[in-house]
Amino acid sequence: MPSIANPQIAAAEPSTSTRPAVEVVALTKEFLRRDNRSGRFSRRERVAALKDVTFSIAQGECIAILGQNGSGKSTLVRLLATLLLHDGGEARIFGHDVFSDPRAVRRLVNRVSVEASFFKKMSSAENLGYAARFYGMTARETRARIPQILSRVGFPADRRNESMENLSRGMQQKVALARALLTSPVLLLLDEPTTGLDPRSKLEVQEFVRELRAAHDVTILLCTHDLAEAESLAERIGILHRGELLFLGPVEDLRRRYGAETLEEAFFAATGRSFEEEDPDETDGG
Amino acid sequence: MRTPTALAVRSELVGLSGIVERNMYLVKRYVWWEIAFFVWTIANTLTIVFIAEGVEASGGRLDVNRQTTVLLIGAVIWAYLGLIFEILTETVAWERWEGTIEYTFMAPLSRTIHLGGMGIFAVAYGVARAALLFGSIAFFFNLEMPRADYGAALVVLAVASVSFIGIGIMTAVLPLISPEKGTQLGFIAQGLLLVVSGIYYSVEILPEPMQWLSTISPATYALEGIREAILEGAGVGSLGHDLWPLLLIGALSIPVGLFVFRIGERHAKRHGKLKRSG
Repeated sequence: MPSIANPQIAAAEPSTSTRPAVEVVALTKEFLRRDNRSGRFSRRERVAALKDVTFSIAQGECIAILGQNGSGKSTLVRLLATLLLHDGGEARIFGHDVFSDPRAVRRLVNRVSVEASFFKKMSSAENLGYAARFYGMTARETRARIPQILSRVGFPADRRNESMENLSRGMQQKVALARALLTSPVLLLLDEPTTGLDPRSKLEVQEFVRELRAAHDVTILLCTHDLAEAESLAERIGILHRGELLFLGPVEDLRRRYGAETLEEAFFAATGRSFEEEDPDETDGG
Repeated sequence: MRTPTALAVRSELVGLSGIVERNMYLVKRYVWWEIAFFVWTIANTLTIVFIAEGVEASGGRLDVNRQTTVLLIGAVIWAYLGLIFEILTETVAWERWEGTIEYTFMAPLSRTIHLGGMGIFAVAYGVARAALLFGSIAFFFNLEMPRADYGAALVVLAVASVSFIGIGIMTAVLPLISPEKGTQLGFIAQGLLLVVSGIYYSVEILPEPMQWLSTISPATYALEGIREAILEGAGVGSLGHDLWPLLLIGALSIPVGLFVFRIGERHAKRHGKLKRSG
């Protein structure tokens, strides 16, 4: 596996290794939502997407957050990725305040989301090339590294110059993983990275995440719909429901607390809803 | 051993090169769009430039060669400014359409460098296209410009471009605030800028309030300066009355543009608009 050492990250890293990788305290986010039931002159009301969420992640740990659509998972990821401003509480990544020191945080974090998100006419090599420049990596530095990383995620060498629009979802997601790895993040935010993938691609992505953790000290926050994926990849599992973090702990503790035999039963017991149901109060910002 | 400041500066410059590199890839990959747009621009320019010959054919008395050149300069500056505004507005709009906006805005690249890179590419690409457009139409009409000082005209265009980038940055924020209407509002800003700037006529014919607006529009000085350089052969030394206002507007418009964009970005982050679907 290629080295992930990067001088930009070394410069932004804190000196102490005992500090949690992620510290979130009473984090709150609200969005304005129009009440469509009130007719043409409807008023906007504030709807909470996250309510006093508190947790921490140790360096090198992987936690999975489970929740229905609209539960606040993506809002949490987007807050930590510096794409949203909060309405209360605080969030720190390796000691850097996410909201007052976003540029230091950005050097440490990358993200893989449910949509691969690339310039579709450009090839994988071109997309990775320009993205690496944004993290201070020159063309000379990425010339050897991009083929190495693409090969590492199982992307065929003969398709590197093909437009992204001609690639399958699974292939695109592999390039998304390669993009995140290329920038050497110490915190990886995985927002439903395997949703919509075929079973084989899903297993390949999950295996790659395992290898990444084994080889490097990467901290991972995984938001997923896939209960089996959460159980197999994460040390601790959290349940986010209507913006509230109801539980965060090892899967055995979760089952014990709710007297459930399976994770699905525990989720139902905690939220009173089945996992596939969508939250009717979904907010539009997250 | 590089100092942290030197590393940071190097990183920003590499990031700037990444913005330019990405736009070059996009031009290459959408080359048929570019060709089609350029052909449309030529056709549009011809419809304007033929006006001088049309006036003469209908009995009007005018110096056709001079008036055709005046109209051509106006049309070329319109096309140039349109391209700069389009590229800068795409900073947000195109990225939202492609779905890359979140990845670009969470990269550790300062917004100044991000927008500066877009501006530099827009100017370089815009100048190349404007020169090609001007040359093609001038050749088509066999226009004679014996006194033209093309170097001075390019200097005026380069200085004016700083102001255009600053105003373009202000309009680039519109799709961030209003995903549905932002791009169209950018076109309105571009149109208003040109209507008060004497694009195909002298600003003296405008109503008084519009004449006042023309004094704060950089396009007014750009058009005057370029016309003087090409029609009268005015050198850089004698174009100070156009260059000084352009320098002043440029020095103000870039920081104001960045300030406006920063406010817009905060608004988008506060209300969850910094995302692919708007």
